[in-house]
Amino acid sequence: MISFILNNTEITTTEPAGSVLLDFIRSQQLTGTKEGCREGDCGACLVLQGKISGNSVIYKSINSCLVPLGNVHGSHIVTIEGIDTGVLNPLQQAFVEEGATQCGYCTPGFILAETAYLLKNNQPKADQAIAALDGNICRCTGYMSIKRAVTKTCTVLSESSGNAKTSSSNLSNLIEKGFLPEYFDDIPGRLKKIPADTSYKIEHPEYVVAGGTDLYVQKEADISDKNIRLIFNSIHLGDIYEKNGFIYLGGGTTVSDFIESDLINRHLPRIKDQLKLHSSTPIRNRATLAGNIVNASPIADMTIILLALDATLLLEGRNGRRPVSLRKFYNGYKKYDLAKNELIRMVFFPVPSAHSSFNFEKVSRRTYLDIASVNTAAYLEYKDDKIHRAHISAGGVAPFPLFLEKTSELLTSSVFNKNVMATVLESARKEISPISDMRGSAEYKSVLLGQLLTAHFLIFFPQLNLMDQEL
Amino acid sequence: MKSVNTDSALHVKGQSRFIDDLPLPQGTLHAAVYGSPYACAENIHLDLLSAIKMPGIAAIITAKNIPGENQIGNIIADEVLLAGDHVDYMGQPLAIVVAETARQARAAVDRIRISGDLKKPVTDPREAARTGLLIAPPRTFNLGDVEKSWENCAYIFEGRAESGGQEHLYLEMQGAIAEPRENGKIHITSSTQGPTAVQRQAARVLGIPMHKVEVDVLRLGGGFGGKEDQATPWACMAAVAARLTGKPVKLMLRRHEDMHMTGKRHPYSSDYKIGLDKNYKIIAYEAAFYQNAGAHADLSTAVLERTLFHATNSYFIPNVKATAFSCRTNLPPNTAFRGFGGPQGMFVIESAITHAAEELGIDAFEIQKANLLKDRDTFSYGQEVKHAQAQACWDDAVSRYNLDDRISKINEFNRKNRLQKKGLALMPICFGISFTATFMNQANALVHVYTDGSVGISTAAVEMGQGVNMKIRQVAAKVFSISLDKVFIESTNTTRSANTSPTAASAAADLNGHATRIACENILERLINSAAENLTLNDVSRISIRDGVVFNEDNPSSLTWENLVSQTYLKRISLSAHAHYSTPEVYFDKEKEKGDPFAYHTYGTAIIEAYVDCLRGTYRIESVNASHDFGESINKTVDLGQAEGGIIQGLGWMMLEEIIYDENGKLQTGNLSTYKVPDIYFAPEEMNVHFLENPYPSAAIYNSKAIGEPPLMYGIGGYFAIRNALKAFKPDLKKEFIAPMTNERVLMLLLSCEEKTEKTIKTEIPAAAK
Repeated sequence: MISFILNNTEITTTEPAGSVLLDFIRSQQLTGTKEGCREGDCGACLVLQGKISGNSVIYKSINSCLVPLGNVHGSHIVTIEGIDTGVLNPLQQAFVEEGATQCGYCTPGFILAETAYLLKNNQPKADQAIAALDGNICRCTGYMSIKRAVTKTCTVLSESSGNAKTSSSNLSNLIEKGFLPEYFDDIPGRLKKIPADTSYKIEHPEYVVAGGTDLYVQKEADISDKNIRLIFNSIHLGDIYEKNGFIYLGGGTTVSDFIESDLINRHLPRIKDQLKLHSSTPIRNRATLAGNIVNASPIADMTIILLALDATLLLEGRNGRRPVSLRKFYNGYKKYDLAKNELIRMVFFPVPSAHSSFNFEKVSRRTYLDIASVNTAAYLEYKDDKIHRAHISAGGVAPFPLFLEKTSELLTSSVFNKNVMATVLESARKEISPISDMRGSAEYKSVLLGQLLTAHFLIFFPQLNLMDQEL
Repeated sequence: MKSVNTDSALHVKGQSRFIDDLPLPQGTLHAAVYGSPYACAENIHLDLLSAIKMPGIAAIITAKNIPGENQIGNIIADEVLLAGDHVDYMGQPLAIVVAETARQARAAVDRIRISGDLKKPVTDPREAARTGLLIAPPRTFNLGDVEKSWENCAYIFEGRAESGGQEHLYLEMQGAIAEPRENGKIHITSSTQGPTAVQRQAARVLGIPMHKVEVDVLRLGGGFGGKEDQATPWACMAAVAARLTGKPVKLMLRRHEDMHMTGKRHPYSSDYKIGLDKNYKIIAYEAAFYQNAGAHADLSTAVLERTLFHATNSYFIPNVKATAFSCRTNLPPNTAFRGFGGPQGMFVIESAITHAAEELGIDAFEIQKANLLKDRDTFSYGQEVKHAQAQACWDDAVSRYNLDDRISKINEFNRKNRLQKKGLALMPICFGISFTATFMNQANALVHVYTDGSVGISTAAVEMGQGVNMKIRQVAAKVFSISLDKVFIESTNTTRSANTSPTAASAAADLNGHATRIACENILERLINSAAENLTLNDVSRISIRDGVVFNEDNPSSLTWENLVSQTYLKRISLSAHAHYSTPEVYFDKEKEKGDPFAYHTYGTAIIEAYVDCLRGTYRIESVNASHDFGESINKTVDLGQAEGGIIQGLGWMMLEEIIYDENGKLQTGNLSTYKVPDIYFAPEEMNVHFLENPYPSAAIYNSKAIGEPPLMYGIGGYFAIRNALKAFKPDLKKEFIAPMTNERVLMLLLSCEEKTEKTIKTEIPAAAK
């Protein structure tokens, strides 16, 4: 039995836990939520999921086409019908006035993605409010009118919001300003009445599903009616903490959790901007570190970052726990060192040194919401004039996310200069084996990796004037 | 009431319904389509045994079950609804599986097995042309004498230009619901731009008269040309399934099915030769266009024709020879897409001009501005240029957006930065408005005034986000002088609007707007006469309706719109009218390839600026600033939205969107994770579209010029802006004109060397085509 609140209605259903939320919503005659691609790439099916946290509810945008129904147990799902106040709310009004809706098919997704942003930010800023629409595709407007509508809404809201407030009073503010109907106020109390989620306790599952953001793209038809174990909501899988010189992340940590963690931001101050290149807001709200690692895509952004951070995986199975270095985890295309009953319980890496630099580079066909042609991360630690430690990773150039072992070794203990760079680029070229596909020719990927490695060094050593010669 | 799109308020609340949202009649079955896994094969045999045993299956329909003619070709009868013993492209429909649920239907589709004799597919249009695989004989437009002109040219350059396909990516996938009704009638709800096309082809495949087929269209979740002709097969399949099962049948494609099974914008491979005099006047231009039509004609010949019409874009060239080949390949039939072949032609001349400019060491805009169309120039198809706005738009853009200032800022930026470069390009456009098939320039409207004064209108126009319904409401509200909320636009329905042209060619507001205007004027005349009687006035010319009140000259009477309507009804006077409109004076002689095919032309100029990161080989468009000839826009919100949306879609085609088929004819970019359209970050920081008001009367409705397609072509300027930025980094850039300018092309261009090879033009007609 799956119980949740859909807009203003308590739902209890016996539909399979593995069927997708989108199909359930539409079966309830809530047709404002559209099917666009069933792969999380358009946002036409975007809805809000609210989860209880203390006495309030935290709302996030999700792509309902990739969310197993079992994962909404105990939460508040909000579709476009669920924010209806009887009249157009100020955001909807702005969309109408600016002509920010043409054919209308994508519009509910845009309105909800923006609503998620407004729920989270009581001092909305136009650039962030626009960035919150990074998972929504509109084919008609060219986005200019949407940007105008969003900017207008932010201006109106910031002018009238007054001082910064807490999360729950932000909700009250939106209710007061007519953005949301009043029933939202009662949701925390109503959610608390729903019994706890037990979906992660399923024995002998045919599939184990975390965020599902890739699994559901590939295998939805097969998973939907199977016995599945949902681990997304498991307690402690999303923990992030520092201990004995290491940063520990639960395998269920989402990319959003990672980006929003103060601890991570303290040690990787540019990560927030760098990870804008990772998928989209609604995908980042669901995609987990462990999922990214076991999906084993050769261009997995988070895995590439974790490789450069020298991460170790703590695997947990029936026979206990064992650590495996992420560098040693892969042994072929989609092949890795994980037994059938094992899960990635934790990911941990050494706290970056105060004398270190980290960079992540990614080039894809489209800059945002796209899969990399090539990506790479680099971590350099310095001692005196030398590079004390170097970890460089590269994606899209091998059958799995690659740690450039020899290249990293070459850098270690070196005093960096142009000549070192040349040998490093040469070494990297020898370590990789890219193939031609729709993300680029093998030649392009090889050349591009060289450019992106160069980009690391330009950022790390701006004083060296590395690029006064040819490219 | 602000005149935005009619349905805006519904859209933002998620209350507007698309095909997939409609409540279904009881007992509706669901269909899924089995598409060919081969691009080219003969002696096809389907094994349906395992599929038919799957749960919930009601029927599996193949070519031999089609009750009428297995044919849906619109212009040329070369397209079967379901393939039989041979297949011509991967994804070509072979069987329709009908089941209780869509999931069951798809599960059974997966169980169908196929065998056949595979042949090597042809995917390259030049290869098809060499072997005589043409959809129709080639066409050539001639003006002046090209052959004799070359000797008068100071400079001659030749080369090749390639532009890629483009997936429409209407957010709503193709779909239809067909419902058998009494008397052998079938009712089809379709997401189509061409209800009559669906009606005609459904009648054909069912073997019944057109009056037994009713097609209804509420709205489309985007069309862009992709549902002009290619909504038809899915509606016909639903109709056949409904006829054979006796039950209502719904057929909705999923995204990947839609992308694999439907055609796209035509890729073109073209040769050009351009000759200029010492003052950069273009003396002669020769081009050969090889259009990749895909497996069946679809609209390819009409698209090809528009390529020829727009081969010289916004320039006057006294000597032109443009030849075009529609090449048959083993790809899904390519089809209409916003611009309809025009953009492909324009890309080639802009490449030729850029090529010339780079060789001459000048900016391309020096050549562009020396050759803009003026009144009394002649287009290559013989039409005289009237009310040209090319120069006015160019001059306005240059001064309004401070071209000189922008150029000097870019130069300064490029001096200061080694690895980051900026570039700028101007893109003038000229686009002819009318269907080039003259007979299609007609429309009709049915207007009812109800006894309470409310108005209901049916026309052939299909609302797909472009705002045509609002424009038609505005027309009726203006003629009657009543408020907009009194006017309602009904669904587009073949029983209310018969024998219609598709909503296409940017012409729907013009054609249907005029038809609505005439119908409303007819009713208005009756109402005015009735009012004269009521007010006992003999001189009807003194009577008018203003904002819902009957006026006697400038004095309001006691008679309101509502009273007048109800009293006129009581006098047994008709409050309905049906009107027909056909665009006057357009014609084209295909024998001579001369005529006046267009009611009018629309013009504009855009300035586009690009930024390139030469280290990573990435770019972004920083600004697009356009001065566009809108005539006298009746709806600036709607028109601005069309302009902005078109510009971004054009930039997407030129830069980002790449359709890749492998050598087996298999689509490699058949989902949204591999085919990328512009996202919100892609949209430039700065975009301005200035409404250049143009008082010259035109055939446009209330002189509010057509806007759907023309702005897309500003996107071509994005390609050349990037190229100019690349040249700032690498002055000896290879003269390669291949679109889209993807990140991969940018980096490889930056790292490549100019090849010193001679390119010669090939315009001789392939032997097999003669």
